[in-house]
Amino acid sequence: MKLGFRQYVSRIGFSAFAAILGAVFALPLIWFLFAPFNARAELGLATPDPFTLQNFAAVFENSFAIRALLNSLIQSVGGVVLVGGAATLAAYALSRSAMPGKGAVTYVLLLFSSVVSGSAAMVPIFLIISAMGLIDSHLAVILVFAGGLLPTGMFILRDFIDGIPRSYEESAMVAGASPVQAFFDVALPVIRPGIVVVVVWAFVNIWGSFLIPFILLRSEDLMPASVAIYSFYSEAGTPVVTLLAAYALIYSLPVIALYLFVSWKFGFRFFGGIKA
Amino acid sequence: MKKFTLLSNRTGSLFMAPAAALVGAFVIAPFFWIIFVSFTNRTLLGKTAVNPEFVGLDNYIALFDPSNFFTRGQFGFSLILTIQFVLFSAIIGQAVLGLLLAWLMQAVPKPVKSLTETAVIGAWILPEVVIGFAWFAFLDYDNGTMNEILTSLGLPRGDWLLDYPFWVIVFFNTWRGAAFSMMLFNSAFSSIPPSYFQAADVAGASSWQKFRDIALPLVRGHVVTDLILITMWTFNVFTPYLLTKGGPSYRTEVLSIYTYRIAFRDFEFGKGAAVGVVIMFINLAFALIYLRVARKKAAGEAQ
Repeated sequence: MKLGFRQYVSRIGFSAFAAILGAVFALPLIWFLFAPFNARAELGLATPDPFTLQNFAAVFENSFAIRALLNSLIQSVGGVVLVGGAATLAAYALSRSAMPGKGAVTYVLLLFSSVVSGSAAMVPIFLIISAMGLIDSHLAVILVFAGGLLPTGMFILRDFIDGIPRSYEESAMVAGASPVQAFFDVALPVIRPGIVVVVVWAFVNIWGSFLIPFILLRSEDLMPASVAIYSFYSEAGTPVVTLLAAYALIYSLPVIALYLFVSWKFGFRFFGGIKA
Repeated sequence: MKKFTLLSNRTGSLFMAPAAALVGAFVIAPFFWIIFVSFTNRTLLGKTAVNPEFVGLDNYIALFDPSNFFTRGQFGFSLILTIQFVLFSAIIGQAVLGLLLAWLMQAVPKPVKSLTETAVIGAWILPEVVIGFAWFAFLDYDNGTMNEILTSLGLPRGDWLLDYPFWVIVFFNTWRGAAFSMMLFNSAFSSIPPSYFQAADVAGASSWQKFRDIALPLVRGHVVTDLILITMWTFNVFTPYLLTKGGPSYRTEVLSIYTYRIAFRDFEFGKGAAVGVVIMFINLAFALIYLRVARKKAAGEAQ
């Protein structure tokens, strides 16, 4: 189609405006791409001079910082395994069994999970964890995240499983498989993409989260990276910019990698509506 | 024909058990527990930590005490601040910016589209502490990028975090969360048949006319969904703490930060629980509206 002069001008206008908006969004983030490689990084935006990987080396020598990354990994993987496992089983049961009130269960769960969230949840969650004697343990963080993310995870997976024809499992059972065998051998491979989505979503949520570990943990050697990053502040409360920037980049890498993986594999659209 | 069930009720409940235990302990139980605690004078330390006393409605009466309701650092001040925060950063900021971005993305060339989307989504998916620090650096008085830009344009510098803390967290939350609205509206716009717009093109409609008369009416349902969700999230968000810690002098102490201070800094769990209960009922109102809208939409789609 040939563009008229007016359309041509408006096309350019749209693109310029979109580019400016993109730049506004990128501005606070650009600092964070340059500073980790700058030996003399300050809070200002500057091209690395001299360019160095020394900041990363210094972070890797800091055993506290590395242990914090490991703690993040333990808590995220622990939470993800629980969410993925429990959500898959429960969503499958909700989709395939004839239990009464299945629809109501899903709605009530979603309702509760959006009511008991964030600021409203911190006091009772602390009290429950403390009553269980779990304050200051990895398990506390893992269980709380698992409980909080499960309703949404179940909802996503149930939608997904409802979309898969039951005839696969039915024919397996006609051929003599037990319901449990039909689930593990026939259904599970088919619903794996749905599980991947839930697992990635749960991982990103736990990995990036600050409030829950901040409230539930006391010992320095259990802190995940989201809390430990504040140790890169000097006694006077000013940040050690070079190390903090390098650490922030390392800490962000898994999230970036998972985002790239998901948008390559599925496109990013599905993410709409499911960020807790 | 008898319907063939895949899972007996017994196997089904067995499959449900792990999820039920976790959700029961960490989602359902907290709901009731917090209501109970809000009627006591439970603290973190001292005598009342172990043996809290029942104090009836005292915590609620203290929260809604008219003599200091609007004083800085009190519940009422935080509540009003939070409402303003939601209004400006979610309903106006995120929704309008998200809608604008999604509309622009329909028309721009692919490289501009993917670069802009990457920046917007990056703001949304990166860990909150990283984002918090990036903004702290961005707004720094001496070296921050923001002031560098202003200086190069011949404009005066500002000590943003000190002088305009509320507007900083509003812009911050708008910037951080616009991606969700953008993606939601993006998928809404792409579900509109292209022939509608082609017909409008033939009739010589401007972009604004196409937006107002075709796109907006067709995505009205998505607008409602978007507004409810971002309101709920923004209402509960704790991220401003990473930028301002609620200060200076309580000027950015939204309800989530207020709850944190009362419960975990002042150790007054009873009062913190009462705040939590108020927040929960506000959340409940929004969640009920949301489920109603979602249900209606599902019913509409099924027809």
